[in-house]
Amino acid sequence: MESLFNAAKTVPLNHYILLSSIIFSIGVIGVLIRRNAIVIFMSVELMLNSVNLLLTAFSVYRGDATGQVFVFFIMALAAAEVAVGLAIIVMIYRNTNSVDVKVLNRLKW
Amino acid sequence: MSIFYFIAFLSILFSVLVISAKNPVHSILYLIITFFTFTVQYILLNAQFLAVVNFIVYMGAILVLFLYTLMLINLNKDSEPVKSNMVKFAAVLGGGCLFVVIMGSLKSLGASQPVLLKNPDLGLVKNLGKILFNEFLLPFEISSLLLLSAMVGAVLLATKDPKTTT
Repeated sequence: MESLFNAAKTVPLNHYILLSSIIFSIGVIGVLIRRNAIVIFMSVELMLNSVNLLLTAFSVYRGDATGQVFVFFIMALAAAEVAVGLAIIVMIYRNTNSVDVKVLNRLKW
Repeated sequence: MSIFYFIAFLSILFSVLVISAKNPVHSILYLIITFFTFTVQYILLNAQFLAVVNFIVYMGAILVLFLYTLMLINLNKDSEPVKSNMVKFAAVLGGGCLFVVIMGSLKSLGASQPVLLKNPDLGLVKNLGKILFNEFLLPFEISSLLLLSAMVGAVLLATKDPKTTT
């Protein structure tokens, strides 16, 4: 395990920020281009995960374990969010027979 | 050093495949691989507790939940909604603009130091548990309330209304 870490220790912090922002942007694009509510949810998960990776990288960089505790809380939050969100999607499907977010446009105002 | 870039390339590739796959089941399978590459990144950072939690909670629980929901609502390919090319182009442009803005602010930081592990047992269960149950005891208890309320809410939302079914 230590040798595996030594393999990665020459990576600059900027590259972690680069990787996380690329994944985050892909998540944003995924939310915008898809109309299937489940795929939109998966893109949100992608965004949450990129933030988790960045928090862990900063936590290791600063030598402070608080960032990793935050990642733990974000994971608990994501689990709760997915459970409620998928229940809402199942309810929408039962009422409208579709998971297209377009059918929800009556929700405005 | 090169293993980081290889894993980073894989996670970018599979996350692009997640949002571009036509079939939602394929999207979920690609998302599982993406989360696995994130687990490898955590191991490279020596955050072993987070690697195990990511493996169990994300790949084990959340994605199985996604897969079950998708199979329950039984989508076929005809019902898959497709956006027009114009909207897709605008969405990619918007996401690209966000990325460019982040990169522009990152450029002003200049070169950064490499990520070095000063304390080798930083991400181990023993160290994290001490911090979690001393400084973060109240947020930990509140997150248990959050999970309980999410569970009650999910059961309440997903069960059929008895008035409409009978």
